[in-house]
Parts: sequence; structure tokens; C-alpha cells
Amino acid sequence: MSERGAFPINIRNATASDLDAVIRLDMDTTGTEKRAYWQEAFARHVAPPYNGRLFLIAEKDGVAVGFIVAETRAWEFGSPPCGWVFALNVATELREHGIASVLFNQLCARLRLAGVDTLRTMVAITNKVNLSFFRSMGMTSGPYIELEKRLE
Amino acid sequence: MKIQKGSLLALYAALELGHDPERQLSTADIAEKYGVSSHHLAKVMRHLVRSGLIQAVRGVGGGYRFAGNPGRTTLLEVIRLFEPMESTIELTGTASTAAAPVIAELHSIAGEIDELTQAILDTITLRTLLNAIERRASAALPAAPRASRDRQRRPA
Repeated sequence: MSERGAFPINIRNATASDLDAVIRLDMDTTGTEKRAYWQEAFARHVAPPYNGRLFLIAEKDGVAVGFIVAETRAWEFGSPPCGWVFALNVATELREHGIASVLFNQLCARLRLAGVDTLRTMVAITNKVNLSFFRSMGMTSGPYIELEKRLE
Repeated sequence: MKIQKGSLLALYAALELGHDPERQLSTADIAEKYGVSSHHLAKVMRHLVRSGLIQAVRGVGGGYRFAGNPGRTTLLEVIRLFEPMESTIELTGTASTAAAPVIAELHSIAGEIDELTQAILDTITLRTLLNAIERRASAALPAAPRASRDRQRRPA
């Protein structure tokens, strides 16, 4: 499926061969290579047919330049089924060209088709870039508050 | 959180000018559109000029123009120009030994609230707010034939 942002971007389901590209994109942003984490994420989200899990890849000229991962979770913390975005990334040199928006909109469309009517995510309070992006896509504070306690 | 009058007027002006950074508007134009005092708005505009957020354009047809990037300027940056963003606790009497830990704990809770408030305001840009306002206005429109709705949404 193709959409046009600042230039043509193809959005497709991830395949096993995208693993290295996803690890590289993530590492470019976070500075940490998380091979085991992404192998597990691929095993959960890429191999099976749609079962509430989505792993989309944004391609420019046949090269993976971004991804978004989400899944449907039901009754977690008492919440009725809703979609959760837990990873979103775009190659640093291609940011601000609307690629993340295309990925996000595609994800929303697919979740909606699957009957999901709410999408959630969790972002570090200091992560202004991601918070601003999700805000710009219409996301607002939800009805849950994340709490934590330091265990000493 | 209480948004003061100065902040609200500044947001009206910033949104109006940020909607089209090429456009010049006078204080009177903005005051009339939002139904506010042009005298009070003029003071706010001077403050916005000093902050560098807007630019005064002199001469015939002069007025004000947005000087920043609406996709980068956040609500926090505008509001902070007109009011402190930190919660305050009104202390009465002389703080006793018993009062000190109560006040310290309340300061800590107020800090949590402030951090959340500021994180929210600092991640909503004027562009995001303009889009949200447009969506809200569209949603409030009575149902109209599709072609007519599309015409209303199309930017000028």
C-alpha cells in the first residue's frame, strides 16, 4: 500500500528479512543494539497472521526507513480491548517528511478495520519529540496514570 | 491550573498570526475577532514582540507577523511569558516543626503536578492546537453534504 508524504512511501507488513534493518533503525536512535528484544518482537508480531498484532514497515525506494509496532491488549489494568503502539521509528535523516504520520495513519486504519476504537501508547515525560508527534496525531492524555516506586 | 487573561490573549494572537506566518494583522483585527479589549491586547502584543515570538511591521498596512515556527512553538513557551508555571503553597503563620514535613510533602506533590502540566503544554505546538481547533470546529458543524464539507475544510 502506498501513500504520499513529501515523497512516495510504501507501507507494508514486516517480514523476517526486515529484522536487521529494524535493529539498525532502533540503534541509530537509542544507541543500543537490542537484537534479542527485536528477535522476540518479530517472533510475536511478524510470523503469525493478524491476531491483534501489527508490525508495519515504511519503505522508500525499496529500503526500510521506518516502522511502527502495535498490538491489541484486552483487560490489562481493567481496560476493555484497545490498541497499544509500543514502537515507532523513522531514519533520522528522513524525519520531518511525514513518514511517521503515514505509518501512524495506516496503523490506525488497520486497527479500526479490526474493530479497535482506541489507541494508546506510553512515552517518557522527557521525550518531547515523540510526545509532540503523538499529540500532533490527535492523541491526548488518557484515563490511566502510570505509577512507579523505587525498590530499595 | 488557571490560565491568566494575559496568557489567553497571547494565545489568541499567537494562533491567529501563527495560522499564516506571512499574514500581517493589527491589534484591532485580532481584538475584534476574539471580542477582547484592544487596549489590553496591545500590551500583550508588545510583550510578545519583546519575546521575539511576533514581529512588529511598521508603515502603511503594518501590524504584526508571526516570527517563529508554529510547528515548533509550544503552548508552554507562550504561557510562560505571562505567568509562572510553578505551583505555590500559601503559607500561613510561622512554620512549626510539625508543619515542615507536611509542607515538604505538598511541595513534592505539587512538583509532580507541575511536571505533568509542563510536559503536556511543552509538547503541544501552535500547529497541533490549530489543527485540533479546526477538527473541533468541523465536528461542531451541522451535517452537510460531503462535497460541501470538503469545501469548508479546504484551506484558503
